[in-house]
Amino acid sequence: MRGIVGAAGYVPYRRLERAQIASFLGSGGGKGTRAVASHDEDTTTMGTEAARLALRGAPGSAPDVVWFATASPAYLDKTNATAVHAALRLPNEVPAFDFGGALRSGTGALAAALCAGGIGTALVVSADQRDGLPTSSDEAAGGDAGAALIVADDGPGAPVVAEFLGGGSATDEFTDRWRTPGEQRSRVWEERFGETRYVPLGLEAWARALKTTGIDASSVARVAVTGMHARAVKALAGKLGVAEGALADDLSASVGQAGAAHPALVLTALLEDEARSQAAGEVPAGRVLALIHLADGADVTVLRTTSALADWRPARPVAAQVADGAALPYGKYLSWRGLLELEPPRRPEPPRVSSSAAWRSEDWKFGFVGSKDRSSGAVHLPPARISMKGGAFDEMDPVPLADATGTVVTFTVDRMAYSPSPPIVFAVVDFDGGGRFPIELTDVDADAIAMGDRVEMTFRRLFTSDGIHDYFWKAKPVRAGSKAGG
Amino acid sequence: MGSHGIRDQVAIVGMGCTNFGEQWDQGLDDLILDATGQTFNSSGIAKGDVDAFWIGTAQSGMSGITLARPLQLEGKPVTRVENYCATGSEALRAAAYAVASGAYDVAMAVGAEKVKDSGYQGLNANNPPGDGTARTLTAAAMFSMVAPAYGAKYGVDEDQMTDVLATISAKNHYNGARNPRAQFRREVSKETICASPRVAGRLGVFDCAGVADGAAAAIVVRAEDAHRYTDKPIYIKALSFAAGSGSGLIDPDYDYTHFPECELAARDAYAQAGITDPRHQLAFAEVHDCFTPTELVLMEDLGFAERGTAWKEVLAGTFALDGELPINPDGGLKSFGHPVGASGLRMFFECWLQLRGEATPERQLHSERTLALTHNLGGYPGEMVSFVSVVGSELD
Repeated sequence: MRGIVGAAGYVPYRRLERAQIASFLGSGGGKGTRAVASHDEDTTTMGTEAARLALRGAPGSAPDVVWFATASPAYLDKTNATAVHAALRLPNEVPAFDFGGALRSGTGALAAALCAGGIGTALVVSADQRDGLPTSSDEAAGGDAGAALIVADDGPGAPVVAEFLGGGSATDEFTDRWRTPGEQRSRVWEERFGETRYVPLGLEAWARALKTTGIDASSVARVAVTGMHARAVKALAGKLGVAEGALADDLSASVGQAGAAHPALVLTALLEDEARSQAAGEVPAGRVLALIHLADGADVTVLRTTSALADWRPARPVAAQVADGAALPYGKYLSWRGLLELEPPRRPEPPRVSSSAAWRSEDWKFGFVGSKDRSSGAVHLPPARISMKGGAFDEMDPVPLADATGTVVTFTVDRMAYSPSPPIVFAVVDFDGGGRFPIELTDVDADAIAMGDRVEMTFRRLFTSDGIHDYFWKAKPVRAGSKAGG
Repeated sequence: MGSHGIRDQVAIVGMGCTNFGEQWDQGLDDLILDATGQTFNSSGIAKGDVDAFWIGTAQSGMSGITLARPLQLEGKPVTRVENYCATGSEALRAAAYAVASGAYDVAMAVGAEKVKDSGYQGLNANNPPGDGTARTLTAAAMFSMVAPAYGAKYGVDEDQMTDVLATISAKNHYNGARNPRAQFRREVSKETICASPRVAGRLGVFDCAGVADGAAAAIVVRAEDAHRYTDKPIYIKALSFAAGSGSGLIDPDYDYTHFPECELAARDAYAQAGITDPRHQLAFAEVHDCFTPTELVLMEDLGFAERGTAWKEVLAGTFALDGELPINPDGGLKSFGHPVGASGLRMFFECWLQLRGEATPERQLHSERTLALTHNLGGYPGEMVSFVSVVGSELD
């Protein structure tokens, strides 16, 4: 039996209220909110955060391969999955590959992982950051998020919680939505054309999937339909022949359509919801779930829940993250997206990161691994060779602290230092179990931090210079959403 | 092994110091020629009679050529030194030890910095290529963490702390207003100080040192030769230096209410100079007031006040120009300005003027005491270098 053994979504902290767009510009926007990646996030960091949560919720699984899918890659040429791999501190025999470019790449990676039993445990990470020109429907309807699915054969350490029954696809070449490399905005053809293509393609793929799995539409308990073409998604959902109430929330009202990551994000939310219901005894194991994604065709994935689902403890459910967001003013959103350039602090921009220096400190920079003196127990961040307590030389063990929580000892707000989004909020953090590091805080308002606050680590992009992204860790407040499930 | 010092072995026989400030019309070479020219004049020593040179500059030049070219020194030993904001003191230290060792008869220390050509506000470090994980905070932000930590430890509430820091800033502006070389030569009220825009944490513009161009210089000779050049030499009683290991940044035991490097440097300097009660033995002190909380904490690190009491002493006026132990009678970094490589030597320049009775009358101290202290630090809380000297107008 092969299927999903773990899953997590990552929804960034900030939300743009769509109504703000019209009040700012006189048009555009809509109802609800969309999730917005922080100025220090990109698809690589959001995917990494999702993967961290997925692995935390499936502690018995060990990835044999990492696949990363996005339509907004932080790099071209250079693999982005390697940064995810490094932040997760996976062994170097585990390959890391990108599925690049297209909105269909997320479902493609998932389908490949589900069908290819020989590859072992696949960590399928996807993330997307959706842009649009101010007032466009893409701006309002898009969303930023990451998702990670762990696909594996059933095993005692990591049982399959949703078994893969089969799927179906329909592929067609037509130009409904497109973007040439380097462009920030997508362009779309007349909406009706896409709808008349997507709905029949969706029904074709749906019929194939039902035939392959031998399942009747009426016995599908829950189905999620995703895709950037909102009209087609809605129209198709009404024609599937599933029972009333089977249709899952596609998160478009709260998160927005997160492109290549959206199918995995919605599927994760669906699995988490099902797990909660099953654990509460509201639904039995063995229910059939389906995911349909419309992008240059249609892809259907059919899963059946197992009894292990009730015992699955998601590290941080999507619903909790959705509920945890904080409003971001539209002007700030525009500046974060580079659509509105603000006066920077009159300080030099940081120089580019040294490639060789970054490589030497990979464990520290990407994994947040310090060193601990065996005799004194003193923790050194970054890792050191001679102990600050007792002076022992090369008597240290690595101490990974990316998953540690800590307490703010003291803090400051730097209004003059260079930052892509000033001011910098900076704190001295003492980690539970030992170690101190002075570090930048993120996802926090400057006036809402206090000594004694609890923080956790998050993987971020500090800045970009000469086209090289500087990835490192920051601390962010431990919030209610993060406490759910530990 | 031991730190023995060179008490009374070396004397300063000439000094010079430029005006500090935004010297748009003065390049580094002009600043150097101004400071060294004053120094040659005050000592009567020509550049050809100086046997060795040290030029301290943090970022304005590399190598001894930074000094040799503008002065057109031919084949002399000229060395550039750098030690964060304690660079100027480091230059003097090297020159003094060179003379004390007997290697040279006459040595010159120069400190110079051209800060204002960068086009940016504040000071900016040119760091070597790195892995991108180093802090990018301003010094103001790092030092701003001291005030709340100190307040929490010693029960100083926010309003009291605001008053304490404003008192320090106002005092340094008061002193600087009486110093023709200072960058800011006007008194500033505590109200204005408290209303200034925030830079980092609770620190406002008036809590921060002035960013200035400038240069200062000194010529040192063996003490027994001093009277050949001047009737009023200044004798070096102690030179101490302590570089921290940087572990304060990552040591959970460090609480941001004191600077261990400064305590160590002070202890060593007092031992070298035979000082047992600095508050009652020193005529005054020049300390590194890069930010107002720094000066507050230094009063305790340097032994001028008991732990947890400096804030009360500040409010009581102990460190004012007419107080029991005047601190920064020249205005300090706050008001005189902080051309990084020059600041350490600028502190000696105030000792030179005050102990010889040559400061402007408005700020000239009239103390029976003949000793003064300079304290110069570089770096940040937790990762700091610290220099302390004691000088005196009389041989012991």
